Amino acid sequence: MSSDAQLPHTLQQVPGAEPRVSIRNLNFYYGATHALKNVSIDFPDRQATAMIGPSGCGKSTLLRVLNRMYDLYPGQRAEGEVLMGGDNLIAPGVDMNKLRRRVGMVFQKPTPFPKSIYENVLFGVRLHERLSKAEADERVEWALTRAALWGEVKDRLQSSAIGLSGGQQQRLCIARSIAVRPEVLLLDEPTSALDPISTLKIEELVDELKRDFCIVIVTHNMQQAGRCADQVAFFYLGELVEVGSSSQIFTAPRERKTQEYITGRFG
Amino acid sequence: MADQPKHMISSFEADLKKLRDAIATMGGLVERAVADASSALIGHDAELAARVIEGDAKIDAEQHRIEQFAVQLLALRQPVADDLRQVIQALKVVNDLERVGDYAANIAKRSIVINQVASGFSLAGLGQMSSLVQQNLKASIDTVGESDPQKAIAVWRADQSVDDLYNTIFRELITYMMEDARNISACTHLMFIAKNLERIGDHTTNMAELTYYAITGTNLPDFRPKGDVTSTYMPAAN
Repeated sequence: MSSDAQLPHTLQQVPGAEPRVSIRNLNFYYGATHALKNVSIDFPDRQATAMIGPSGCGKSTLLRVLNRMYDLYPGQRAEGEVLMGGDNLIAPGVDMNKLRRRVGMVFQKPTPFPKSIYENVLFGVRLHERLSKAEADERVEWALTRAALWGEVKDRLQSSAIGLSGGQQQRLCIARSIAVRPEVLLLDEPTSALDPISTLKIEELVDELKRDFCIVIVTHNMQQAGRCADQVAFFYLGELVEVGSSSQIFTAPRERKTQEYITGRFG
Repeated sequence: MADQPKHMISSFEADLKKLRDAIATMGGLVERAVADASSALIGHDAELAARVIEGDAKIDAEQHRIEQFAVQLLALRQPVADDLRQVIQALKVVNDLERVGDYAANIAKRSIVINQVASGFSLAGLGQMSSLVQQNLKASIDTVGESDPQKAIAVWRADQSVDDLYNTIFRELITYMMEDARNISACTHLMFIAKNLERIGDHTTNMAELTYYAITGTNLPDFRPKGDVTSTYMPAAN
């Protein structure tokens, strides 16, 4: 919890959790469009935070800020502070390769590379580390085990990742992200392209992974936010309206806007 | 609640309204039962009393119907926030209403017995207590589905006067029994009737508490003054 006594009530978050990422007064612009307005929020370590809100509310933009994906596009800029272990991630001069090792990201649709399962897992690792064959094998097994995929693929690690099912591909992408041992794992609607059973497997996985990582998940599925997040943040029109424990948000939200959104009385 | 923007799924909006309406209907049956039981007692009307006893089955059936519907809403709509609280409120309120119906039936049963035993006692105190209880019961049922927590608080507080009356009647009946042991049978029935009314008052405040929770998401404090002091009352020995 931050020591800042003047924090707005939107920052009354789940107590007892150390923030892994602290965002303060973050503003983001797509050219002239002001997409995030003065957002301050903590993402606690070893917890999952779900970001919910209608399309265009800024939640995916926030994810893009967290690993500076916006750097690839001219005209997009962020102001404010995104603090992780004392570093401001959005300050100029931050080493992108290092940053992306610290912040892993999984997208809406599985993005396996047209390579073997084994090479997919090691793809990010090879950019940062030199591993012996034995170490590489060990890392692949560790990442695939943590991603709950090891049992299903251990006998065909050299087969192409493209042959896996959608749910398996998504777990492979999670394995690839955690193989570099990041501090934060960002999941951008990770189950929206999956069937219900694969979805539940990913949710179960989130539950497992949050023991080791700080997880931030963007989801349009309210039940999913309730099921797998400890903390839920509701965004609307670029503003953080409310953040609280998932049980508080889904039983007695403080803000009327939150209530209208989660109960489907919107617009 | 009633003054909210409409739900985007209109059938869900309709379901929630159906739930509120069903509680209002069941509430109406229960109010009627309490009123008739009191009239049967005061007016020595055994026929009316019999109708109240018979009518209790309908109240029970209504409870099951509403419970089933609420469970269905939970399973199919997965409500959250105030929608969820409304469904929880409904599930619990019908329990209170069902109990009130039982007490009304019990009053009716005892009124038939009292008709046969004696009619020498003034029933004015019980009549007064009953009107107060009915008034609070109606107010409490009317606040279900309302969006103003103050109304629920008003009902919640109003039970104190019922308890005061109950204490008075209790003492009065003890006195009758001490005067003449032949009064004991009738007075015991009257005492149970008073106790039934007092319990109806408690369920009325329960419902107000549930309404307050449904509106605000928080609970009323635990320290509502409990006015029934009869559990520690002992008349002085002569």
